[in-house]
Order: sequence, then structure tokens, then C-alpha cells
Amino acid sequence: MSLLPARARGALSRFYAMLMKELIQLGRDRVTLATMVSVPLMQLFLFGFAINTTPRDLPTAVLLQENTDVGRSILAALRNTAFFDIRKVATSEAEVESLLRSGAVLFAVEIPAGFERALRRGETPAMLVSADATDPVAAGSALAALEGVVHSALSRDRVTGVSPPAQPAFEIRQHRRFNPAGSSQLNIVPGLLGTILTMTMLIFTALSVTREVERGTMESLLAMPIRPLEIMLGKIAPYVVVGFLQATLIISAGVFVFGVPMLGSLALLAALSTLFIAANLSIGYTFSTLAQNQLQAVQMAMMFFLPNILLSGFMFPFAGMPVWAQWIGECLPLTHYIRIVRGIMLKGSDLADLQQDGLWLAGLMLIAMTIAVRRFRQTLD
Amino acid sequence: MRQAAPDIVIDVAGLTKTFGARTVVKNLTLQVRRGQIYGFLGPNGSGKTTTIRMLCGLLTPDGGSGTCLGYDIRTQSRLIKPRVGYMTQRFSLYQDLSIRENLEFVGRVFGLADPRGAASEAIDRLGLRGREDQLAGELSGGWKQRLALGACILPRPDLLLLDEPTAGVDPKARRDFWNEIHGLSAEGLTVLVSTHYMDEAERCHEIAYIAYGELLAHGPVEDVVRGAGLSTWRVSGEDLRALAQALAKQPGLELVAPFGASLHVGGRDHAAVEAAIAPWRSDPRYVWRADEPTLEDVFIDLMNRKRDDFGDDAP
Repeated sequence: MSLLPARARGALSRFYAMLMKELIQLGRDRVTLATMVSVPLMQLFLFGFAINTTPRDLPTAVLLQENTDVGRSILAALRNTAFFDIRKVATSEAEVESLLRSGAVLFAVEIPAGFERALRRGETPAMLVSADATDPVAAGSALAALEGVVHSALSRDRVTGVSPPAQPAFEIRQHRRFNPAGSSQLNIVPGLLGTILTMTMLIFTALSVTREVERGTMESLLAMPIRPLEIMLGKIAPYVVVGFLQATLIISAGVFVFGVPMLGSLALLAALSTLFIAANLSIGYTFSTLAQNQLQAVQMAMMFFLPNILLSGFMFPFAGMPVWAQWIGECLPLTHYIRIVRGIMLKGSDLADLQQDGLWLAGLMLIAMTIAVRRFRQTLD
Repeated sequence: MRQAAPDIVIDVAGLTKTFGARTVVKNLTLQVRRGQIYGFLGPNGSGKTTTIRMLCGLLTPDGGSGTCLGYDIRTQSRLIKPRVGYMTQRFSLYQDLSIRENLEFVGRVFGLADPRGAASEAIDRLGLRGREDQLAGELSGGWKQRLALGACILPRPDLLLLDEPTAGVDPKARRDFWNEIHGLSAEGLTVLVSTHYMDEAERCHEIAYIAYGELLAHGPVEDVVRGAGLSTWRVSGEDLRALAQALAKQPGLELVAPFGASLHVGGRDHAAVEAAIAPWRSDPRYVWRADEPTLEDVFIDLMNRKRDDFGDDAP
């Protein structure tokens, strides 16, 4: 019998010891266990339903300078959409101005005198739209939505015999690929999946080493013949399972509750999600080896979490950031995972498309693990 | 490579450890033979825990060298750890794991062939059958200590390092504990145990007394007592408080301590002690009796002497 198999068996036994210990401790920690299930679902439902960048019920004022069929049908069309809530039919421009200024309405549509006649002549008349741009996201989306509403209202308006304007007088509505309905959930759910996993995974392992130090169990552990790598893998492994269950929960809710499509391979998503979970666990574990106590470890995890939220392309468009910020973003696991989830679920991307993001995740995980094993204090010096 | 003679389990020389500007262990030399129960005594903060941690590789010595079980304590702690059972001063098993789970964990980490079987055996030996599923954190102090010892000896180590194992444990549990230690020693296990209790020191084959990081005396208890060269007297009678105050002012007396209904008086110079107590020897209120110094007398004297030297030692 050579020495190597015996050594490998020893390492496996020690890893298994750690794994079983962590699993039992996890099972006994009811609060943590409950948190693992309830927090992701709570966050998903809260943010999934609450965050909506597509306007709904925007308070709107309408000023009709002429009493024509076209004007009336536009008004009716606006009323019929969920985007606009027509609060006031104004009688003068001054009234519209004061309504906007006071914040009573966020949106005002004015049909000028001679609109219908100009339309009949094919003169592409101007329809005046004023938006309260203090909320640029809402205003932008509403402006885009309005065009479609008017366009279709006029197309349907056969009675007047007016042909729809070939070139509208206002901005051309963006063509939203992959999200034709402009539904926010399609963006929010993949983003939340990554965010929730990042947060929970980081915290779980960030506490693991400092907890042993604070409870005084580290001294015994260090005096036993177990290696830093075995301790790390034994502590990370149970949470990979936990993270996988969380991901399953969120993806199921995303598909069945929020109607997010699953165009790509579920197996690929599962595999890359596991990699992402392991990467975050490794980073959390690294914090745990660097921190002096549990509070410090949590603070470090939070410091890391913030750029993940802001620079990953979840909250703000990645392409809109300056190059240096994009580079920071590239070094965050969440950035790559959001691309992976959006890619697989919404675009049907395959492994070849996502190769680079997968390699980034694996690289980040290995870097974190190397730092953790090197930084792990094997003595009490 | 095993260097020391096989019957010397701990063989260290010149061990030194500093934390910042504070030297916690100074030039410590120690030899412990196989199968011995070696008592490690000294006041709080004297460096006992630090020494034990250096022996099992938890701390790196700043100076000195030596072997533990024949392995170099500086470079071969990886080989020492599988053969040493270390019982920490503070309970350091997992409080949220049951008795059996803790024992199985230790068994697996040490790579035992049958950790479940070993844990089950240990449960029987510890007398914990029927309570094995209780969480370790719910046990009383005495039982925690028994469990910790059980976990230490589970992998059948060659050396036990026990750091104040009986602190805060009741006398009955203390006695049971020591019986167990003697049983293990009879089976050939070497035990290094630190303690504050004098009665425990007297149950050791050999002791070492350490104060201010330095080894002040070592050897079998009788040798340590005899080596101190104290002459002591026991005096009983009325109003011992006043007598104690008067005696404390006498030159030649290093030791004046009340002991129940009597007073223990002594010093290193036999003649000086005689002279110091002479004025009260014939006083009918007191009964004087020449006495053997206790281990405690010796230790307090050693500590005082060390403290007196401390100023002279300063560079």
C-alpha cells in the first residue's frame, strides 16, 4: 500500500468530519434555517412586485384645444391604458402649467387646435407632451408608452378616415427586445436571484471561522490533526446545498409566479448557479479568516455586497458606467451571474455564449480560496 | 526523526515566548518521562497555558527548542498533533452538538477506522449511556469536563496535555477525574496537567513550579519541599492575630500565615527563625510545635523570592 491513498483517506475522513459537524449545527440552528427559506421568498415577492420601472397610473392632465373625433379618441385610448390616470381635463395652458408645477400631475397631453385637420392633410402635426422629468425613469417609459397608445388609437379610428401618420411627431418608441411587454419582472427576478444568493451565501460563511474563535472551539480544532483546506471545504460544502435549494426556490417562483421564461438549459443554469454559490461562499469564508470577530466579518461582507448591487448591472445599466467602474464590475461575481441568468432564461444562451462569465466565476472562487487557505491562522500566535 | 530517548516524552530546553513587550515564558527547560503524571503549577498568568500551547504546536516559541514525543515542536507539529490529546482550559467542544456527535467528530478528524464504535465505547466508559443525545452545552461543569477528557483520550493519544482541567469542578468530580488520570497513567499514557490545587499537585509523580514565566522548582513533591530548605513552626493559642502582626515585623521570617486555628511561621535560615520566635517561645499563651513545611508554604516562598529578585534582574 502506497502512502498516498492512506493520506487521501485521512483527508477525506477529516473533510467528512467537518461536513457532518457543520450540517448538524446548521440543522440545529432553527432561526438560520427559517431565514434561509423565508428571506429569499420575502425579498423576491416584495421587490418583484414593488419594483416596477414601467409606469402605472401616472397622474395625467389633458388639454384639448379642439373638440374633434381624433382628440376624443386619443383621450379615450389614454383612459383605457393602465399607464395613465387622467385626473384633469384642463381648459388652458396656464392650468396645465400649474398642475405640473404643483405635482398634481406628472404628465400632460395637449392636442393643439387644428390637429385633426393637419392630420387629414398629412402634415404630421405636433402633439404637445409635457412630463415631470424629476423621475426620469418613469417619464422616459411613459413617453415611450404614449406614442404607441396614440398610434394605435388613430389606426383604429376608421370613422374619421384618417390614415395613421407615417412619421409621428414625437420620439420613436424603443424596440424592447427580450422584453416586448416592457415587464420589469423579467429584469428584476434574475437580478434578485443573484443578489439574494450573494447576500445569504456571504453571510453564512463570513461567520463560520470567527464563530469558532468566539465560542472557543477553535483552540481544540487547531490542536487536532486537521488542515486548513479540509476545514474550508467542510464548511463550504453544506452551504452549497443550501444555496442550491434557495436558487431552486427563487427560480421556481420566478417562472411560475412572475412568468419569467426559461428559454435556455435548466441544467446549465443549475451548474453555473452552483459555481456562483461556491464563489460567494469562498469569498465569505475569506472574510471570515481575515476578520477578528463576527461583527467585523459581517461588516466586510456588507462592504463587498454594496458594489455588487451597484456595479453589477442589476440596478443601473452596465454599459452606462465609466470604464473603470466596468472593470470593478467585472471583478464581482454578481455581474457575471446576472449575465448568465439573463442569458439562459431570457435569451436561451448556451455554454459557448457564457463561457467567459463561467471562467470568471471559477477564477474568482479559486482566488478567494487560495487567500483563505493561506490566511487561515494555524496557530494562536 | 525521533531524537530523544524513547522514555522521555517531553524534552524542551530554553523555551521562550514573548507577546509584544511581555515575556510570558522565559528560558524554560523541562523533561517529562513516559507514563508520568507531571503537575504544572504556578499562579495565574505565570505562563502555564502558553507552555502547553507551545508543546502541542498552537504557539511558535520565540526561543529555545525541543521535542514532544520525539518530534521537533517547531517543525513537526503536524506529526505531534495526531498523538496528543489537548484539553483546553475553557470547554471547547461544540455546545450545539450532542455528546455522541462531538465524540464522533473527534473520531473522524483523527481518522479512526470506526468513529461510531469508538464514540459508543467512550460513552459507556464515561457513564453517559442514555444521555448521549443530550447537547454538550446543556451538561453541568463536571460532566462537561468528563466529556472533554473522554474526547481527548478517544483517539488513544500517547500524551495528554490538560490545562486546568478541574477548575470550577466539585470535589467529588475532581476526585473521580484524578482516579481516571491515574488509571490512564497506569496504562502507559503520559499526562501533563496544570493546576492551582495543592492536593492535586501531591497526586502527581513529579511537579514543576512556574512563576513569572520561569521554572522555579521541579521534581517529586518531597524533593521540592525538602529542596526549599524551609524551617517551619506551627503555633496555636489565643489572639493569634496580634501575634501574626508582631511576627510579620520580625527579620528572618519569610512566612507568616494563618492556618485554621493555628499560625504557620517559617523562614529559610533555621537559626534566624529560632531567634525571631524566641521572644514568644516561653509565652504560656502559645503552644509551639516544629512542623514540616507544606507545598503551599514552599510555593509562596518561591514566589516571594522571585518577586524580590525581579528588581535586581532588570537590565
